[in-house]
Parts: sequence; structure tokens; C-alpha cells
Amino acid sequence: MSSIPGDLRYTKNHEWVRLGADGNVTMGITDHAQELMGEIVMVELPLAGQDLRAGQSAGVLEAVKTAEDFYAPVDGKVVAANEALESDPGLVNRDCYGEGWLITIHPSNPSQFEGLLDAGQYKELAGE
Amino acid sequence: MDKQTPLYSRHVALGAHIEPFGGYLMPIRYGSVIDEHLVVRKGVGIFDLSHMGEFRVKGAGALEFLDGLLTNNADIPVGKAFYSAMCYPDAGIVDDLIVYRLGDDEFLMVVNAANIDKDWAWVMSHTGSFDVRITNESDQTALVAIQGPKSQELAALLTTVDLDSVGFYALARGTVAGRQAIISRTGYTGEDGFEFYISAEDAPSVWDAAMKAGEPLGITPVGLAARDTLRLEVGYVLYGNDIDHSTSPLEARMGWAVKLSSDKDFVGRDVLRRQKEDGVSRLLVGLTVEGKGVIRHGTELFQVDRRIGVVTSGSMAPSLNVVVGLGYVEKACSKAGTKIEAELRGRRIPVTITRTPFYTAGSRRQ
Repeated sequence: MSSIPGDLRYTKNHEWVRLGADGNVTMGITDHAQELMGEIVMVELPLAGQDLRAGQSAGVLEAVKTAEDFYAPVDGKVVAANEALESDPGLVNRDCYGEGWLITIHPSNPSQFEGLLDAGQYKELAGE
Repeated sequence: MDKQTPLYSRHVALGAHIEPFGGYLMPIRYGSVIDEHLVVRKGVGIFDLSHMGEFRVKGAGALEFLDGLLTNNADIPVGKAFYSAMCYPDAGIVDDLIVYRLGDDEFLMVVNAANIDKDWAWVMSHTGSFDVRITNESDQTALVAIQGPKSQELAALLTTVDLDSVGFYALARGTVAGRQAIISRTGYTGEDGFEFYISAEDAPSVWDAAMKAGEPLGITPVGLAARDTLRLEVGYVLYGNDIDHSTSPLEARMGWAVKLSSDKDFVGRDVLRRQKEDGVSRLLVGLTVEGKGVIRHGTELFQVDRRIGVVTSGSMAPSLNVVVGLGYVEKACSKAGTKIEAELRGRRIPVTITRTPFYTAGSRRQ
């Protein structure tokens, strides 16, 4: 059974989303997702400054055998991408909710965050 | 409905990620694909390959029958095996397979799981007036492989057969963990290794005995994901990815297994002869990614603005820590060292045509 922290929001694409004190949101993939994918060997991140719409592909996670896009959880501008993943993509597996974060977005429509799944709803979706 | 192999419950108990493959529920990986891959390169891994199909061909006409169906020469010594393609009249590939000569008039064809029904229909439609009896023993036969430089050390704990007398692509009959088996020195990893053909009901006890005996050697069960990266690193083709009805064995650089110079006649020969004389227009090549990105089946290949080919297999290569692949390119671009590009999500990344095998330090015997 995978870990699903109660203080985060989630998407149907198995991403977690954290609201920071500055109003920006940081996202990554869930423990369930990293376990399903196996070892991440490469991460393709968006550039800072890029505008994304909720549900738009923000980048790609490459596992040994498969590739999966990850998607912007809300509309907004990318303010940071986790550059540590360039040299150590395995951080996504080892610490998906911490050092393995993917991007931070400055939301253009902050109310979208409240529309994301809570831990209980995600748990149900993940079948756990 | 996907079938289970006789070892399905073992895979479940080991916590394997199980997915359908070739009509069977197969272990894709038990834990880390990279660890499973590296264990086979350095120690010994165990594989359940019971999804593979087995057809037994017996009778006074067996040799002649197979020689007419297969691109390679079937007249090999008893106790040896050969790799071959089986072609359509248009030289497209029905399947690639290993054939064991069990006796003067007895052979075992080992075919890809996904092709069992198609191959069976194809083989049976060519029996004509040959004196052969062919049986599909796929459901009654299990296949357990051990692969890696420590395979022989492990096999010696499981059988009294003199393994040194079993050369590469040769077989012996004997017992493994007390069960009747065909023991062959074959594999799909580039490493030394053995494959044990046993009856389905004996599979769990052979698997358990190998896992127990192999414990001090660090034996690890290996799933199909690592099997795929292992074969890719040594440039072996996979049916359905790199070869199929739309590719010829000459395009796939399997010419060494296509006997055109003798008077052997076989399905596809005329078209293959013409291809050999005229030359094929595309060739399967090794690909090494120089930039950042993972090429996959279907990734398109370019030279400047011209599309010159397509990737048929691609993955990070765990032993080499680079991304490699196989693909077809125009013959003019197929020379090792040629610089081309792959298009990944609208972006071009540099790729170099590379001689295979990519990984050359394997323990496979010659």
C-alpha cells in the first residue's frame, strides 16, 4: 500500500499538489504512480516562465520501459522546475513527495486548487 | 482471456508486477528492472519463459519438412539447436524461432508466445504429403531459464548432466531437480545460460529448487522488462517490435540464418534471392542516443529534413547507462558512425548508427 499524505491535493493523473504560503503550487507524482512506473531514468521538465493550462502536458517521465507525461494541475506560469532531477531522476522514486518534486506553478486562477481531489478521494481513485 | 503459466502463483507470491504479454499473464518485473538486468550481467537470474510455444515434429519426413519451411538449414547434428526465421512467400517473417534436433527424425520448434496460434496454423498448412506428426505441446511444456555468468555453477547443483559437454546451442537430456528435462545452453541475454524444458506440472518444483540452490549465488527472479533490455543491449531482435510480416530477414540482418547458396528450397526463397541480388533498400541498425531523450518503438529518424527510418526498439541500457535502440534506416544511411537525428515530441536529438552488440562483455560462449 502506497503513501498518500493527508495534507496534499491530488489529480486523476496520479499527481500530488501542494499549496505554498506564497500562493504558488508545487507538484510531483504520487507514491502509487512511481511504484507503477518503476525506476525513472530521465525527466523532461518545462522551462521556467512557460504558461500552462490545467491538464496540459508539462513534461515527461521516462522509466526503463515506459514514458508518461505529467500534466499541469492548474492554469499558471512555471516558476521553478526541479533541476536536481537532471542528474538524479531517481529522486522521483526515492522521495516522490519531497526531493522528487517536479515543478512549481504560479496559478493564474487560484480557485482551481480547491477543485482538486483530496487524499480520501485520491485513495479511492488509486484503489487503495 | 489471458493464460497463466504453471509458475503464476510464484510470481504473485514474489510480488511481481504482472501484465498480459503474448496471451499470458507474465511477470514484467519483481522489483527494480535495473537490478534484475544487472544481476544477469554479473551473477545469475531465473526466468519463467513458459509462455513460449513448443511444437514437436516427428517422422521420417521431419527434416525435409522443416527445411522447406525454415530459412536456416535444419540438417544439423542430433543434440544441437539452430536459430531460424520462418517466412511467408513474400519474404515477410511469420516468426523467428529456435529448433532443437532431438533425434534423426524428431525436432522441437520453440516459437514466440504471441504467435503460437498463427504459427500452428502456418505449420499445419504445409504438411502436405510429408511423413510428419506434429504436436502442439505449448500448454504441457514449461520453460525455466537461468542466465548469467554464474549459470553453470547453479545448473551443476541441479543436474548430474556433464554441463561442459553441452556447448552453445546444444542440448542434453537429463534431470533437473529430479525432473525430466531438456537442458540447453541457449538464451536471449548475451550471457552464458541454460534453458530447462520441463513438463508443466514439474515447473514449480524445478523453480523452487533453483531458487533455493541459487540463494548463495544471489539468484534473482527476472521479469520480461529486464529480458527486453538484456536482449536489446546485445542487439537481438524481438518479433512484433523489430521484425514482423512487413520485414524480411535480410533487412533485419538475419542473412546468416538464411541459406540461399545451397539448393535448399523453402517458403520465401525466391523473393529473398531477388532481395539478395538487388540489395534491400533498408537495414536494421543499432542506434545510440547522443542527446537527452529516450527513443521508443515508432520514433522517427531523420537526416537533415528527410525522414530516413523508424525506431523499432529503444530503451535506456542499464549496463551502459546510455539510451540505445534498433531501427530500420535507408541503406545509404546505415553505416556505423553515421550521424542522424530522432524526433521526440517535436524536438530533434542526435543519434549515431552503432554496430551491435552494444554490450560486448557478456559471458555467452561461442
